[in-house]
Amino acid sequence: MTGDVLNDFCIQAATVNGSGSQSSNLVITKALFHMGIPVAAKNVFPSNIEGQPTWYDIRVSPQGYQARKRTVDILIAMSPATWERDAANVRPGGAVIHEAALPRFGAADRDDVSWYPVPFARLAREKLEAKPDLRKYLQNMIYVGVLAELIGLDPAAVEQGVRDQFRTKPKAADLNLAAVQIGVDYTRDNLVKTDPFRVAPMDGTRGTVLLDGNRAAALGSLMAGCTVLAWYPITPSSSLCEAFIDYAQRFRVDAATGERRFAAIQAEDELAAIGIVLGAQWAGARAMTATSGPGISLMAELTGLGYYAEIPAVIFDVQRVGPSTGLPTRTMQGDLSFVHTLSHGDTRHPVLLPGTVIEVYEDAQLAFDVADRLQTPVFVLSDLDLGMNLWMTAPLPYTERAVDRGKVLDAEALEQVAEWGRYRDVDGDGIPYRTLPGTANPRAAYFTRGSGHDEHALYTEDPDVYQANVDRLRRKIEGARTLLPAPLIEEAGTRVAICAYGSTHHAVVEARHQLAEHGVETDYLRIRGLPLHPAVAEFIARHDRVYVAEQNRDGQMEALLRQELPGELADRLRSVRHFNGVPIDAEAISDPVLAGELAQREPADQQAIETDRVPVG
Amino acid sequence: MPSIAKPPVRHPALPVNELGLTERDYEGPMSTLCAGCGHHSVTAAIVRALWEVAVPPHMVAKLSGIGCSAKTAAYFLHGAHGFNGVHGRMAPLATGVAAANSELLLIGISGDGDSFSIGIGHLVHLIRRNLRMVYIIENNGVYGLTKGQLSASADVGSTSHWGTAGVIQPIDPMLLGLSLGATFLARGFSGDKVQLVPILKAATGHRGLALIDVISPCVSFNDHEGSTKSYRFTRDHDVHGTETDFVEPRPAILAAIGREGITDLTLHDRSRVRARAVPQGYDPTDRDAVGAYLREAHARGEVVTGILYVDPSRPTFHELLGVVQRPLVAVPYSELSPGSAELERFAQS
Ligand SMILES: Cc1ncc(C[n+]2csc(CCOP(=O)(O)OP(=O)(O)O)c2C)c(N)n1
Ligand code: SF4
Ligand SMILES: [Mg+2]
Repeated sequence: MTGDVLNDFCIQAATVNGSGSQSSNLVITKALFHMGIPVAAKNVFPSNIEGQPTWYDIRVSPQGYQARKRTVDILIAMSPATWERDAANVRPGGAVIHEAALPRFGAADRDDVSWYPVPFARLAREKLEAKPDLRKYLQNMIYVGVLAELIGLDPAAVEQGVRDQFRTKPKAADLNLAAVQIGVDYTRDNLVKTDPFRVAPMDGTRGTVLLDGNRAAALGSLMAGCTVLAWYPITPSSSLCEAFIDYAQRFRVDAATGERRFAAIQAEDELAAIGIVLGAQWAGARAMTATSGPGISLMAELTGLGYYAEIPAVIFDVQRVGPSTGLPTRTMQGDLSFVHTLSHGDTRHPVLLPGTVIEVYEDAQLAFDVADRLQTPVFVLSDLDLGMNLWMTAPLPYTERAVDRGKVLDAEALEQVAEWGRYRDVDGDGIPYRTLPGTANPRAAYFTRGSGHDEHALYTEDPDVYQANVDRLRRKIEGARTLLPAPLIEEAGTRVAICAYGSTHHAVVEARHQLAEHGVETDYLRIRGLPLHPAVAEFIARHDRVYVAEQNRDGQMEALLRQELPGELADRLRSVRHFNGVPIDAEAISDPVLAGELAQREPADQQAIETDRVPVG
Repeated sequence: MPSIAKPPVRHPALPVNELGLTERDYEGPMSTLCAGCGHHSVTAAIVRALWEVAVPPHMVAKLSGIGCSAKTAAYFLHGAHGFNGVHGRMAPLATGVAAANSELLLIGISGDGDSFSIGIGHLVHLIRRNLRMVYIIENNGVYGLTKGQLSASADVGSTSHWGTAGVIQPIDPMLLGLSLGATFLARGFSGDKVQLVPILKAATGHRGLALIDVISPCVSFNDHEGSTKSYRFTRDHDVHGTETDFVEPRPAILAAIGREGITDLTLHDRSRVRARAVPQGYDPTDRDAVGAYLREAHARGEVVTGILYVDPSRPTFHELLGVVQRPLVAVPYSELSPGSAELERFAQS
């Protein structure tokens, strides 16, 4: 054994989609978690149900880093199609657990890694008492045992992981434990450990749970009192809607009658989904939809209707890689500028930018309040990485909160109002008062329309009335700047800063440590919503260079900042972009920032530091 | 064009309905449509029907898409909330409104462009959902608001104002509805208020989706010789498929069907409709027979009107959703939040 690397490495399971490897990978992840070792799991999967290569990266780190790590320390190679490439990717000194039948030549023929050939297929055939179709799945559970034995996973933690995974099927749990044991036994009897990677229990996961952002969004929506869900299935947002239905089945079904206190409508498309949301909200229910880029594109016209007719709506956009169908199962922050001004004409929508699972949960709740308060569609921008991967997070807190339904006049309240006009700005904040259909007051009725209207919701094409109305809308949305969460700022008074939003956060945390090791101290600004909070410009004004890190090709946030900031501040921005579809890692930020900063110090050396992946500037 | 309010004068001698309201209380602001447009008469029939069945105005939600037809949602029942959405998307809006508040009576006004082209995907699914709604298609065979292009209900050979003729088979919403399991299908003619009012009244009493195709001529773009959606053509080819006397209680409507012979009706504008009664034994609950009859009639160039098909047995939207009897908007927040204890237990599991 050469040296010793404890609790700080990355395992990659390269398997075949639909082979049950997801269960194996979750068992490993949970076993590590139960041992108290901080873990981060990233599923890099294909747009396919069965038969295509798929990767699962499990990172352990004593610091609790949650971002993806670029290097692979231990490869579990079960996918013939990508075997050579996967093996070539392992870092020198790494380890490869592989199906013994995979041929070791070409790129897979290297002597700087530890090889652990295991005859998985034969073991499964000879040792597993299961039907052939089940065997395919159980075969992958054998590698859990091999890995466990090699790196020292606590058998009790592995068993807990298996029992967690098959909570509702104790029989299956036993079968899977038997498969794990086959791997353990084989390793003990046949393999000699020559790699340095090992785990030992620590106290790094206490008070946390493993949860994905989509579940958090679903629970947040439920807590917010959302009663109508309309959706059309699309990766990576389907699991959000399915989780909402799960939770609602659990919390919103009358025990005596079986009646539901929610309506979940699987719509015919995303146009219908947003239409249903607008209809329900117009009638006074809290309603939401969740989708991804292609669905957002379809929602453009109706979102504009919501904006102009002033109807609340909550739209979760769990972003994936575009344009078009793009890479449907990969992650990106590519919809930022699109959703912010979705639809034709002058439109602008509040956008919440959660970066952690807890924030997704909180923002889900806040989104309904902001939508009601401003009477406008509100977007919550998540992404595949945040939405579908498991994150270590504090448990979702129960927040005792007054639900803000905004300015709604019921029959009695209307009695007290001398003159009511649906679109009159009475309070000077641009937000009018609305009534709901069914209000038993003869003055309550009004006619909602997406065409030109005056303060009393009557049709008009009058230029002055139009202009005053859309100007009021502008003022109204301006109010979102301080309704949305303020940016999160970590500031020690240096002149260099990193700015990020959403799931990019986790790579920034690590990148800042890496930069500090290279002598570059950075401050940090994390934007939490659009339109921008005033604190954003103030922060930038206190810095000479601000690196805006994001996961898209065009630097969408940087462009938005440039649009809003005075030129003198805009000049301080540098753009750091990562856009290959896999979650951003720390080096994707620290490399270009370091290069930029070194260049700053020694102008003559500008060419000396090359970054191969990420354009700077 | 600003919307024009009607003077709020009320004649003391106007008759009142059960709620003590006059027919004027079911009207809306002055229409801005062309004089003679068929849609006016549909509006008038809606006003009359709603007044006669004495719907509380505030318990109605009026919905529409975009088109001349869609505009008319504003021109009746000023005491009801209305929602003129975007082109073709009335059905999703309606679905949301119904989901939120099951106590509202939804009245939707659409056009043939709105429903059969841009919005047909939604219409199809609305029919499948069977939510409680009176869905009226003011069918003129053209896109009125965009100046007379042929729509998907234009018959083959029917010429447009601009001289082009329909070449593709038209969509017949009654046959479409039958194939999708619609639960209430009726066709009327804007020129025949005598027939249309009872159809509408029956529709308000239906517990699911009532789809009503109303031939409603566009005098500006589709009322010429050669058009099959003109007043003249419709009058000449209108066949009353069923008698549409409105008989309370509502289900009894099914009884008044199937008289032999030809009836001549005098319309409000003094023209006459030749209405041949359907064959004895027309059964508006027999899906296959209705479908066959409509296809044969269409082949003969007849426009069959009346309440054509009714199936009160199918579950409604709310039954399919399994939601509470109360409107969801009436469920208090305390019954929506799981509460801290539940959440705590949930977090542990
Ligand atoms: C997305 C979109 N495309 C096109 C239009 C233009 N447009 C307005 S009304 C209309 C057709 C209306 O025809 P129909 O529904 O038959 O109503 P009618 O005017 O005949 O009553 C069209 C194409 C629009 N408003 N929105
Ligand atoms: S254009 Fe045709 S449909 Fe439109 S208002 Fe005039 S007559 Fe009616
Ligand atoms: Mg039309």
